[in-house]
Amino acid sequence: MLNTFREFFVYRALIQALVMRDLKARYRGSMLGLLWTLLNPLLHMGIYALVFSVYLRMQMELYVVFLLCGLLPWIWLSSSLSMGATAIIEGGGLLKKVFFPPQILPAATVTANFVNFLLGIPILCVFLLLYDVTVGWTLCLLPLIMVCQFAFTLGLTLLVAAASVHYRDIPHILGHLLTFWFFLCPIVYKSTQIPEQFRTVLSLNPFIPFIVAYQDILLYNTSPPWGGLAGMLCASALALLSGSLVFTHFRWSFVEEV
Amino acid sequence: MLAIEAESVSKRFRRQTIQPHTTMKSALVNLFRRRGSTAEEGMFQALRGLTFTVRQGQVLGIIGRNGSGKSTLLKLLAGIYRPDRGKIRVCGRVGALLELGAGFHPEFSGRENVLINGIVLGLSKREVRQRFDAIVRFAELEAFIDEPVKTYSSGMYMRLGFAVAVHADPDILLIDEILAVGDETFQQKCFDQLAAFQRLGKTIVLVSHDLATVERWSDEVLWLDNGVIQERGTPRRVIDLYRAGVVAQEEKVALAEHHRIADTVQEATAMEMSNRWGNQEVTIVAVQLLDAAGEERYVYRSGEQARVVLHYRVHAQVEEPVFGLAILCGDGLWCYGSNTDIEEIALPPLGAEGTVEIFLERLDLIAGTYFLNVAVHARNGYPYDYHHQLYAFTVKSELRDVGVFRIPHRWVIKPLLSVPQ
Repeated sequence: MLNTFREFFVYRALIQALVMRDLKARYRGSMLGLLWTLLNPLLHMGIYALVFSVYLRMQMELYVVFLLCGLLPWIWLSSSLSMGATAIIEGGGLLKKVFFPPQILPAATVTANFVNFLLGIPILCVFLLLYDVTVGWTLCLLPLIMVCQFAFTLGLTLLVAAASVHYRDIPHILGHLLTFWFFLCPIVYKSTQIPEQFRTVLSLNPFIPFIVAYQDILLYNTSPPWGGLAGMLCASALALLSGSLVFTHFRWSFVEEV
Repeated sequence: MLAIEAESVSKRFRRQTIQPHTTMKSALVNLFRRRGSTAEEGMFQALRGLTFTVRQGQVLGIIGRNGSGKSTLLKLLAGIYRPDRGKIRVCGRVGALLELGAGFHPEFSGRENVLINGIVLGLSKREVRQRFDAIVRFAELEAFIDEPVKTYSSGMYMRLGFAVAVHADPDILLIDEILAVGDETFQQKCFDQLAAFQRLGKTIVLVSHDLATVERWSDEVLWLDNGVIQERGTPRRVIDLYRAGVVAQEEKVALAEHHRIADTVQEATAMEMSNRWGNQEVTIVAVQLLDAAGEERYVYRSGEQARVVLHYRVHAQVEEPVFGLAILCGDGLWCYGSNTDIEEIALPPLGAEGTVEIFLERLDLIAGTYFLNVAVHARNGYPYDYHHQLYAFTVKSELRDVGVFRIPHRWVIKPLLSVPQ
């Protein structure tokens, strides 16, 4: 399993090349091109703002900024998972002809979506300025959150990518699971709005601490709760461990199955 | 020094049989059965305990019929597959030319694809940049390098793939049947590049069905059959053995096919066969082709002796029966035909049954598949039993002459003037 990680380093040039290709391919041929990277989260934000803020009259200050704080990391996670699920299957042609470690493919997907996430940060900054939100020293914690989320996302993507090769139903059901998961996360609502009796059960959702951390740091200028940070660390370590174990276990079967 | 060392390497695959009728129930049963069971019947053994070594700088040719395990072996050497049993040690950077342009993205330009493909093949970004011009020049694609590769012709695509692959600078080159790239000039370039590799002392493992290519390039040839090493040694010897093996196999298949037809002929007395007709007063019950030694055989070398034996049976008294034989090309062209009437052969009383043999002193036909027409009919042409193209045989030849029939000939060249000094 350690070898799995060592190979990420050895093949970093390949990851880089694949990420570049992924990002370029995504918007090639479209008129707005790279602008879509910025437009996608904005459109998401617009839709949720319309439904929840205008139609359902949710009372919250800075609701648009709040949405954006949760949406950006969520899009990183969900796009990584849905694209990563088919990463091995689609990369099969290459995998059959050239030797390279297969974990490179999901890793490139996660990295490409991370770059997309980073490209979305400037929009967030514009909104923070627009609404005159003050951001403090807690910003130093942001890289830590991102590293954790990277590990968390990579672990889950490895898991889904490996499992999808053997169980082709997974990519089909994944979209629905992701929609469900989205509404279980405090992205369109505040975590404090969850009714008391559900909180203990829902606190098992491993992505809540991440979302809350982003919101605390970027919007509320407070440091995220220590419990949340600990949970985040545990979740990412666990995801990465299980993901890479499963992936390493199935690794040699991919080239025969795809 | 050894570049490749393989020690009792075995590889098998799980059969992925697709059932024509999958029900919910059988799917569920399979779901549970699939995991633990690696029962023998569900597996396909591709390689069975191969042991061999390749010295550094050696060119090893691998030959064998389709499905003999050649490509699987190359993929094992490339590290794409992992052997189930045994060990493979490879010394140096492996460049696998299993498929040219593997992983080219159709939407990307040649330039972008060269960069990615080069990195996939193990070069660093800087190395690709340094070699970029050489790659493009080699592929002869200077004018199209910024076009997306989806607009490339298949030749352009493969040229670019080959160019990147050879510039990836491997120590061990694995080649699977890809030297047929592009036009004459480019092919020559590929062979020149291969020769350059050879001069540089790189190890090359070459899989090909083109035996002439294998013989020309290899220092040693390995013949793989059904997942085991059948023979290994000097190219000439192994290739000759392989050819003999292929002919023996073809003979077996041809014999089996002939017997299958012969069985139908015997069963189908009621004239159900579309290429057999006649009133059955005299029938031809079996047709055999025998070689000089009297063995039944349906694959011949051009110029060999052969004998056609017709077994007949008389069911009713007939006046003046005539036996005939014709040899036809695959496209229906009559190569030769004759009968006992044309040649005024006096037939003795036929009795209840017997044989008619036609000795063909020399089968001077060019290489190809031929069909036999055999018939017994009345002198006026009224058919008793006519077998139209029911039987086939193959003629093999080393010569690549053309036409139908090789007229026995020799060449005499007589220069009349001496060369001016």
